[in-house]
Amino acid sequence: MSIQVILAQALLGLNAGVFYAMLSLGLAVIFGLLNIINFAHGAMYMLGAFIALVGYSYLDQWFGIGLEVGFWPSLILAPLVVGGLGILIERTMLKRLYKLDHIYGLLLTFGITLILQGLFSNYFNVSGTPYPGQPDALSGVVNLGFMYFPTYRLFAIVFSLVVCFTTWYFIEHTKLGSRLRAGVENPQLTQAFGLNVPLMITLTFGFGCGLAGLAGVLAAPIYSVSPLMGADLIIVVFAVVVIGGMGSIMGAILSGLALGLVEGLTKVIYPPAASTVIFFLMVLVLLFRPAGLFGKEK
Amino acid sequence: MPTDELLRIENLHAWYGESHILHGIDLTVHKGEVITLLGRNGSGRTTTLKAILGLVGRRTGSIRLSGTEVIDMPTHRIAHVGRLGYCPEERGIFASLNVDENLELPPTLAEGGMSIDDIYTMFPNLKERRSSQGSKLSGGEQQMLAIARILRTGATLLLLDEITEGLAPVILKTLSTVIRDLREQGFTIVLVEQNFHFAAPLADRHYVIEHGRVVEQIDAAELEEKQEQLNRHLSV
Repeated sequence: MSIQVILAQALLGLNAGVFYAMLSLGLAVIFGLLNIINFAHGAMYMLGAFIALVGYSYLDQWFGIGLEVGFWPSLILAPLVVGGLGILIERTMLKRLYKLDHIYGLLLTFGITLILQGLFSNYFNVSGTPYPGQPDALSGVVNLGFMYFPTYRLFAIVFSLVVCFTTWYFIEHTKLGSRLRAGVENPQLTQAFGLNVPLMITLTFGFGCGLAGLAGVLAAPIYSVSPLMGADLIIVVFAVVVIGGMGSIMGAILSGLALGLVEGLTKVIYPPAASTVIFFLMVLVLLFRPAGLFGKEK
Repeated sequence: MPTDELLRIENLHAWYGESHILHGIDLTVHKGEVITLLGRNGSGRTTTLKAILGLVGRRTGSIRLSGTEVIDMPTHRIAHVGRLGYCPEERGIFASLNVDENLELPPTLAEGGMSIDDIYTMFPNLKERRSSQGSKLSGGEQQMLAIARILRTGATLLLLDEITEGLAPVILKTLSTVIRDLREQGFTIVLVEQNFHFAAPLADRHYVIEHGRVVEQIDAAELEEKQEQLNRHLSV
């Protein structure tokens, strides 16, 4: 097997990896601060993709007013809309569950997922609709020396990495980030100091959902947009979070990237195992390091 | 309404879930005073401080901070209204934050707080450890940090819960100097204290709390004549 093939496959794996990283990062942020296992994360990702698709392909068709929302505006708009929906869900529903067992938050968000998937399946093609709005500036391929790589995919990789590491830097190295970490560790005392922890929680949930929405927009030109696209991905992403360690920000990013690579490489080495290798690794991690690779034992 | 009343508590009741802990606390703290809450374990002294900050399940009665009623206020606003600094019994140092981050965590409540440099002059040990994680500090260092971080905020009323607990005599001496310093600088202080010998020379007045009520109020001047009563209240 030539080195070219391996490098090419590694790059495609990294491409999947950045989506895992962005989604598991959002899950880790939400789990860390709210202790909520957000099962609706996949639906938020799907929603982000649909906002881009509807904005580009359907608005004009539905309302006939010549309105078209392109890729770049969607990249800003979709996270805001999805984040706003997250805030609404947190304020009206999730906040009532904080004193109860984890399982209630999981059930609620799972229910929300089913409702959103059901609604979209009712109006859109379940087998997927291509997103035609990829900007011209990002079409074509780049010559990387060892292969020609689609410009858009390269953009998606770089853009996601920037988003992931900016988020990490923000949480670990800024004042607002240190307040968030304090709110996770001891919400009562943090509040007694005069910090509005409930507001921080709401905004964080909105931010995590917004990240999923952003990943959805980025994914739209690569994968076809379907009501079930989030459901297919979220199971893998949960495995990534478990491997990285629940609540660990850097763990979520690095294991997302690494598992994308592993999955990509498995496709060339032993294709039948490609879709199961992540779960196999999850079993190993749970056996030997139950708190995850980057998690702390409690 | 006299303006020098920083804290006035009337008929304060507090509950954790079903258990009724405070049964009508009344107390007043004037500007510049150092007062202590004395009493046995479980008498409700810590709960009184927590109830002021809204950290109990439910509370009724009246708590006025500089004249403003805060009984129905959410916790995060109370510190701002009363310019409160709170040092909890378990010290509450954040393990996931380093010393500098711990120090800078509480938000500024008003102008006039100590600068980071002033604080490091007062607590030189902390300066050497400024980039250590909170979890790596010794008990004494944690206690210094827990006090230091509320001096930065411009708080004028300090609620200090069991700051001497589990600390070596040499550290108690430092703490005693710190409290004296703070008093001279005009801070108003409420001390919940188990160690009467530590608290007695520092305070203007003592409240003795038993079963969630104030049973005795003793001025520093009458400490000697009331010593016997006090011993009876505090003896285990």
